[in-house]
Amino acid sequence: MVKATRKPLEQIFEMVKGYKRVLVVGCGGCTSVCLAGGQREAIALADELSTCARTAQVPQQHDYATVERQCNPEFLEEIEGRVANADCLLSMACGAGAGLMADAFPGIPTFPALDTMFVGVDRDVGLYEERCRSCGTCMLGDTGGICPVTRCSKGVLNGPCGGTREDGSCELADGIHCAWHDIHDRLKGQGRLSQLLIVRPPMEWVDRGPRVLVQKGYEGRYPAPSKEKGRR
Amino acid sequence: MKSGSNLEKVLAAGHFAVTAELGPPAGSDVEFVHAKAELLRGAVDAVNVTDNQTAVVRMSSTAACAILVQMGIEPVMQMVCRDRNRIAMQSDIFGAAALGIRNLTCLTGDHQAFGNQSGAKKVYDVDSVQLVAIVKRIRDERRILGSDEEIAGTVPMFIGVAANPFAKPYEFRALRLAKKVEAGADYVQTQCVYDVAMFAEWMKAVRDLGVHTRCRILAGVTPLKSAGMARYMAENVPGIIIPEAILKRMNDAPKGKGAETGLAICAEIIEQLRGIDGVAGIHIMAIEWEQKVREIVQTARLLPRPQLS
Repeated sequence: MVKATRKPLEQIFEMVKGYKRVLVVGCGGCTSVCLAGGQREAIALADELSTCARTAQVPQQHDYATVERQCNPEFLEEIEGRVANADCLLSMACGAGAGLMADAFPGIPTFPALDTMFVGVDRDVGLYEERCRSCGTCMLGDTGGICPVTRCSKGVLNGPCGGTREDGSCELADGIHCAWHDIHDRLKGQGRLSQLLIVRPPMEWVDRGPRVLVQKGYEGRYPAPSKEKGRR
Repeated sequence: MKSGSNLEKVLAAGHFAVTAELGPPAGSDVEFVHAKAELLRGAVDAVNVTDNQTAVVRMSSTAACAILVQMGIEPVMQMVCRDRNRIAMQSDIFGAAALGIRNLTCLTGDHQAFGNQSGAKKVYDVDSVQLVAIVKRIRDERRILGSDEEIAGTVPMFIGVAANPFAKPYEFRALRLAKKVEAGADYVQTQCVYDVAMFAEWMKAVRDLGVHTRCRILAGVTPLKSAGMARYMAENVPGIIIPEAILKRMNDAPKGKGAETGLAICAEIIEQLRGIDGVAGIHIMAIEWEQKVREIVQTARLLPRPQLS
């Protein structure tokens, strides 16, 4: 899931301090799961901002609402009434959700209360690790389930580079495992080292504005994405 | 001949080749390049020009190589994958060939976090193995990546790579070189060798794969200037192994004799490397110590260098 973290309070207050009525909008999706932007965090932020405003002697009202997911326009419709009474919105969703909320209510500003970090996994409560860069060309099948695009600091596809340390960590830092070292060991354990002898060609990056995905079975409902240039 | 470079000719004639590294200035100082290059003139067969090594911004490798060409000294252009995408790289390869550069060493490159622009966006659009294949395609098929259109002119490039026998996973390192050779590498310049026994073991694996018959192997050496440098490299530079015996010798060197000891060790290592089957030359990386290269080559009785037409 998407992992995010809240911006420092001072930064958030700086963005909204010019507005009289602030609506903090939590998200019940990923940012709720990673303890950054769910209902509980939205209430806490509204509360902290009230204290900030009082201290700074800024007349400001704070309210909160939480939608099931900010990345779906239908859920955003549910807060239209609340938005009508606000001068600005403070989104506690990921960048995608915050952006969609800004699109849904273009008449007033939407500010992001979170920094979106990555697509990752839970290593423990409150401890998350990046695992996917959404490259659109999943090669986990060839690399023992370890993603070189995400986990190799250089995104090398024919690794390992010459910087692997003696303890199997990346040249960057002790705490970072060398992805290719781990790929090597896992494939070896599975008797599939021959996978590593294949020269993997350069990636066909799809890097030309926002990608659009039409899921199989829904092709008839939507106009086909443009296929003029490149792969998709 | 694939490139007709001096390095290629020296190796083809069966001579034990010598290359050395030159780090360009952190600025535009041409005199700096001239002075360093003069230290190496006639002492080596070709001069590697580093490409923003350790991710510190320096004069571009292409520009410094072009200055060397003007001076009549053969450059080996190093190209890392960190800073340029495939458009810029292929364009620079054309440019390098046009400027008379005939040797190209393809490298992954140190991560940007090490240098003085740690907030830079990394590129690594292609990796070093893929870059080798791209250069080979341009040279041999006169086509760029993914295109059937013939390029204008020729790109006679002797294609090199790096290899590090001292980085984990050790058992894969010879195979990784084999992959680079499969992709098109003509020569390899290795990470600096201090642990000759470990290097010899890697060379055996390389020979068992037959890689030494398809790719010329230049063993890397870096003279130690002081006990402090030795310790620093052993502890902090990933992928470098310095045996305890060498650290001790550097440590025990009398005050003021550190450099002398380091050069003596370097000479011994070169002597040992020459005895290993399949080693076709040495690559001297005297870090900001280019003035010692001639002495090192002289001590190794590798002067004068062969003059081939």
